[in-house]
Amino acid sequence: MQQQNERQTYQGLMHRVQKKLMVRWYNELDAATETGHPAVYLMVSGNCVELLRAFDVLPVYPEINALQLAIRNKSLPALLKSEELGYATDNCGYVKADIGANSLGDKATLGTRLPKPALILCNYVGCNTYVKWFEHLAALTGAPLYVLDIPFMRQETASPEDVQYVVRQLEEIIKLLEKITGKKLDIENLKEHLKRARTAEDLWCEVRNFSKHRPAPYDAYFDNTTMMGPLYVYRGMQECIDFFEVAKKEFQERARQGLGAVSPEKFRIVVEGPPPYPYFRKFRDMLAHWGACAVASTYSTVGGIWEFGFRHDSNNPLYSIAEHMISQNLANRSFLQRYEQIDRYIEEYSADALLIHSVKSCRLFSAGQGDMREYFFRQREVPTLFVESDLEDPRYFSAAQMQNRIDAFFESLEHQKLYKSHPTLSSGGPR
Amino acid sequence: MALQALIETWKDAIYDPAFEMVEQWKEKTGRKAVGYFPVYSPVEILHAAGLLPVAIFGAGNRLEITNADSRFGSFICSIAKSTMELGLQHRLDLFSGMLFHSICDTARNLAFLFKRNFHPQLFVEYIHLPQNNSTDAAVDYLTSEYKRVAKNMADLAGREFRTENLEKSILLYNNNRRCMRRLYYALRSDAPHLLSTSDFYLLGRAGCILPPEEHSLIVSNVIEELSKNQSKTRDRIRVVLEGSFCEQPPLELLAVLEDAGCYVVNDDLLLGLRWFEQDLEFNHDPFRSLARSYLHDSCYSSVRHDCLTSRSDMLLEKVRKSRADAVIFCIAKFCEPAYFDYVLFKNKLDENNIPHLLVEFEEKMRTFEKARTEVETFVESILFD
Repeated sequence: MQQQNERQTYQGLMHRVQKKLMVRWYNELDAATETGHPAVYLMVSGNCVELLRAFDVLPVYPEINALQLAIRNKSLPALLKSEELGYATDNCGYVKADIGANSLGDKATLGTRLPKPALILCNYVGCNTYVKWFEHLAALTGAPLYVLDIPFMRQETASPEDVQYVVRQLEEIIKLLEKITGKKLDIENLKEHLKRARTAEDLWCEVRNFSKHRPAPYDAYFDNTTMMGPLYVYRGMQECIDFFEVAKKEFQERARQGLGAVSPEKFRIVVEGPPPYPYFRKFRDMLAHWGACAVASTYSTVGGIWEFGFRHDSNNPLYSIAEHMISQNLANRSFLQRYEQIDRYIEEYSADALLIHSVKSCRLFSAGQGDMREYFFRQREVPTLFVESDLEDPRYFSAAQMQNRIDAFFESLEHQKLYKSHPTLSSGGPR
Repeated sequence: MALQALIETWKDAIYDPAFEMVEQWKEKTGRKAVGYFPVYSPVEILHAAGLLPVAIFGAGNRLEITNADSRFGSFICSIAKSTMELGLQHRLDLFSGMLFHSICDTARNLAFLFKRNFHPQLFVEYIHLPQNNSTDAAVDYLTSEYKRVAKNMADLAGREFRTENLEKSILLYNNNRRCMRRLYYALRSDAPHLLSTSDFYLLGRAGCILPPEEHSLIVSNVIEELSKNQSKTRDRIRVVLEGSFCEQPPLELLAVLEDAGCYVVNDDLLLGLRWFEQDLEFNHDPFRSLARSYLHDSCYSSVRHDCLTSRSDMLLEKVRKSRADAVIFCIAKFCEPAYFDYVLFKNKLDENNIPHLLVEFEEKMRTFEKARTEVETFVESILFD
């Protein structure tokens, strides 16, 4: 195929606004180290950020701190530091980078300071490593730890007992937040946050739908990852709505003009697994080189799945937060529900193939992905590429090997397309 | 039968990938068997439903992994792969069900891989065990979770679940755990020279395939028999083994630890067999008692978050209570929970000047010389300090 020598430009208005918002948030966190504005650590996956915002508490996401280090190529010193402290080579790189950075000093790594947590709120949503991570942060900082235990989706739907259990824990958290902030929960304020969250969720879904266009106006793996920042940091706030209005307008216009995220768009793929943040751009280039555009991704739904209909409900604040945490995010859903999700994506987004990016760090994602390949390749007959690296640790990304695997896969896919579209070849050509 | 001969028989039965002993039990009783994955399995519920609970600790080094590797990819512990392999090779066909719990990300995903590949021939059940023991809401939740599972298990057994059966099963397992506690404290901790570590392990492990009443009897007899033994202790250090709560180290490694100069006076091997430190008491609702016991009385391990006490403090207490000189972390390769805890444990031990050593293992480990040298050096450094 024709080589695309020039580097693709991916950055649009959405990216610039996202960057501004994220910088603003980090500056707020930095300022909070001086002002003592209360900050609570929590996880991205299926969380209750609206509740924190209703108390005017700042959320701190160790996962975002870790990925920021990786995407800025600053994770290795932090990883080495944590290994010096006794962390194992094969343990989750997010945790290691975060703990390592904590030991080296936030300013040395992130460039801004992080406030001491008033509370470490571990929303245990599927990922067992979350519990470990927050236990370690509690040991490091001396801050109180609350593990908000979310029953895993072992059945098709959440049971009333599951929901009740979470609601009762949320009520305990409200009491803790009241103590931290010295003010009572203003339920009307929480409802307002949930209403705004709902509007943002509507917009997120509209944006997600644009990748059904041919060509897809943005990449639903890489660009969706960018959009996840404001979605989780600012959900429930006007900033989040404004951000998605910008994204919607931009992608609507691109779709209208027939502009694709990659040009020409040759392959529409669904991507499973987190991105290799230390090689985010390189990985994207490797795929774009073959005209492969992600039209849907599972990673972008770790924090919430809204496209299948769920919305936060201000009429039922705690119940709807609980429901979101239990059943409406990828992390707390079973592996087989993920198969169903991917199946739906392949169908609804007219995808040609599935790319499984298996990361060493995250066993929630990767343990069993070989079976996933087996299922899609053999049972569903979906061309499937399985590659391994990591989301944090640059030592696990072998660029040459990755390039070879991607090249071989798309070359073969291209041949298949050619045979299918060419009647003479498809009847008599080699197989 | 002499103890050694008996232990040899169990050894074959325990590591038998064909589970012949289970097959025999099924024939004898006409009942069904259900496998369970470590760590905290409510075996009382399976027993009360009329099923034989059998612990499935992977396949040790007795099975060639031909298919399971590709189902999991790299960086995954051996127990997950060999358990999957047992299924793929139809070696679990004699079981009617398989029970998994929320102990780690790999075990959880394994449960759902089982569901896709083997359900419904093999009924797959998954229990979400709470990680928040600071709230009464968790007791309510877990009670309802246990009741849900009991219903499914009774359906599997083809009978009604009767609460009074659960009460009886709890009493039986109370007795079994009491025997195991005696074994640990009267024998293992107070007179570790009377039974080798590997024999001791096999004696306990027999409880994973035998019905509890049979196992209790055997353990009691052995304790009584060995108490008459007059042999003397050797010049060895007393160690606590930590980190093998799920995947089990090869028997040869346990022997190496002892040969290299250690008495293992406490450990977290086979934790599921003795997960309550005291008898489980019940009033009107045995399900609630089970739930409360998991949340408040179960032995700590790296896969159960405790909001009330830190595991590092509990390890320290274990070391002191068993009068150990040192801790050997015996951790399965890629076991994320154990490796995370290792850091906090290590810091705590350092603060308290308790020596420790890390020994990594895998089911398929074939050479033990490196481990032997490391342990010998470690032991010498303590003995001649």
